[in-house]
Amino acid sequence: MKELKVLAVVVIFTLITYWGVEPYAHSQMHKHVESQDFKYPDINASGVKGDAAAGKNKIAACAGCHGIESQGMKAPMDAMASSAAYGVNPPDLSKVGAIFDEKFLIAFLQNPAHAAHAKPNFAMPPSAGSAQDAADIVAYLKSIAPKEVSNKEAFELACGRCHAARYAKWTQIGTVPKTKPNIKTGKDLDKLKFEQNVAEYQNKLAAYMGKLPPDLSIIIRARGKHFLETFVEDPQTQLPGTAMPRVGVTKEGYEKVEAYLEEIGDPSKPKREAVGPWVIGFFFIFTILAYLWYKSQWKGLK
Amino acid sequence: MAHFDPNARPFSNKWMNERLAVDTLKRVLSTEYWIPKNINFLWAMGMVLAATFGVLLISGIFLLMYYIPDTKLAFDSVNYTIMSEVGYGWLWRHVHGVAASVVFLIIYIHMLTGIYYGSYKKGRELIWISGMLLFVSFSAEAFSGYMLPWGQMSYWAGMVITNLFSLGSLEFNGLVEWIRGDYVPGQAFLGRFFMLHVLLMPLIIIGLIVLHFGTLRMPHVNNKDGEEYDFDAEAEKWKAGKRKESKVIPFNPVFLSKDVFVLGIYFILFFYLVFYHFEFAMDPVNFDPADPLKTPTHIYPEWYFLWSYEILRPFSKDIGLIWFGFAQVIFMLLPFLDRSPNVAPANRRRPFRCWFWILVVDMIVLTIMGKLPPTDPTFALIGKVAAYTFIGLWIALPFITMKEKLVGGKK
Repeated sequence: MKELKVLAVVVIFTLITYWGVEPYAHSQMHKHVESQDFKYPDINASGVKGDAAAGKNKIAACAGCHGIESQGMKAPMDAMASSAAYGVNPPDLSKVGAIFDEKFLIAFLQNPAHAAHAKPNFAMPPSAGSAQDAADIVAYLKSIAPKEVSNKEAFELACGRCHAARYAKWTQIGTVPKTKPNIKTGKDLDKLKFEQNVAEYQNKLAAYMGKLPPDLSIIIRARGKHFLETFVEDPQTQLPGTAMPRVGVTKEGYEKVEAYLEEIGDPSKPKREAVGPWVIGFFFIFTILAYLWYKSQWKGLK
Repeated sequence: MAHFDPNARPFSNKWMNERLAVDTLKRVLSTEYWIPKNINFLWAMGMVLAATFGVLLISGIFLLMYYIPDTKLAFDSVNYTIMSEVGYGWLWRHVHGVAASVVFLIIYIHMLTGIYYGSYKKGRELIWISGMLLFVSFSAEAFSGYMLPWGQMSYWAGMVITNLFSLGSLEFNGLVEWIRGDYVPGQAFLGRFFMLHVLLMPLIIIGLIVLHFGTLRMPHVNNKDGEEYDFDAEAEKWKAGKRKESKVIPFNPVFLSKDVFVLGIYFILFFYLVFYHFEFAMDPVNFDPADPLKTPTHIYPEWYFLWSYEILRPFSKDIGLIWFGFAQVIFMLLPFLDRSPNVAPANRRRPFRCWFWILVVDMIVLTIMGKLPPTDPTFALIGKVAAYTFIGLWIALPFITMKEKLVGGKK
């Protein structure tokens, strides 16, 4: 049929244009980085077996900066004081064993800046004298880590001390607290104080990192899954010279982080999937009825 | 003074006719507005465009309720308030974004249909010119709308496009500042483009749509063979019941029934894009908030501006601007550059047939090269050759059509 041929010509030219400006152009604009499946191939396994009991005795090396709340050990300094001292708040170690890679952590404890592909001013100094010490500490951290961490917890631990996510009410110093303004003046001093703390922390962090790390609220839509995955695996491959360290999450740990970023950055996804079939179904029926009307109107015209 | 029947019941047919001539209006605008029978689905693109404009208008009204034209709040009002706090806000935004992109695809199909079938000649010049004015207004509407989310691409596209008004070496920087209301895009800039997008441009577009419909009424719609009809005689045949012999059909309901069927198919595709494939219409770079201290690695316009962008880009500053200006106005002059007396589909007009298909392919090449990084010498060369081809085609048009032989209206 002639009309279908005309349609085919229109469709072919449209698809060529689409292919050129979307998949092809994007493949040319961004360099392709292959995912390494969070295997960290540049780090060799030490081969030593860690002993959690021995690690427990060596944890004092960490406690000078880090807290381990689940074991009743408070951090020596709060987020504000830590950022003044180090530029960034050291993480609590309670859940570290659940989302970070064992091999990575062992290398990291011996030489953090090197393992993280970070700048020489990296806040954490080498903290384990030998591979054995490092392995013991990591074994201990894994032994105290909870079996399950939520997507949100994974995000907060892996990203949340440098990155805010304002759409999820997350700041580098924690979740924005619920406060109430003074009813007579409308002024909310608790809120202002919290905001001032965030601002002070961010200034220190920006001085340490060179710039303020971006808010991650909708980073999933700005960068896409593939970029984020390979970037988190090793930031230097996608953005040479970046101050962002390699954080060394496991594949499962990253999947939780990604799921959380999608939850906060693309919250309409489940709704789209629910509404889409109904709308398209409606127009399908509409089109069938319109076709019957068209056929009845054009009957006997040619 | 007309006679008004005092006994006519209010809002009865007679009462309405005396006051508003509803029967005459209905006849002139719909039941006796004659359309050729010899057409294909491409003749429905006008209705598809009108419907898409309607979709843009309705979705725009909903978005306008929550959008805040403030440089500090605009980004979050779009990406947070509308996307996650407002019920179905995400749907209206995706509908608006996809429709803004798809409307240009349909405009280009509609334009190229007009060129292919010679629907800009012999009495139809004003249809073409009002249509091209609509294209220009839609472009301004699309650009001003693109500023509103105040993301990285909004900001830097705004910077680049307003810079064009310095007119290269003429350095009319005062004009650029006057347009921006500041040295760089800022609050004044956003406020102005907001006004343009939600009020002035839509008003102009609605006015031009009315004009575009008006210009159609006297010369009537063209047909697949470019044949000249005696519409009055053909209409008489129809009215006499000779539906088969008559070459025309009434707009309502016969032509409309086919339009509505095409609209149905179009909306299936449209909502497929809205729900499952909207990324093409929403550039990822614009999900980063505007940052005057950080230029994106690649700055490029939306796909529908790429062909004219690629006529600007391969040349030096001043030469590029001249050819860019050429590309903006040259389509408008088509009815006067085509010197041939033939109103016929391009495939029966040699060498115009070659001209048409080279133009289509060349514009697609320009579009693709316009997005690819010009740092690659191969892409830059292909882009430059395509730009020269575009310019050459339009310079050659009067000469190749002047020598064209007269072809019969029918096969």
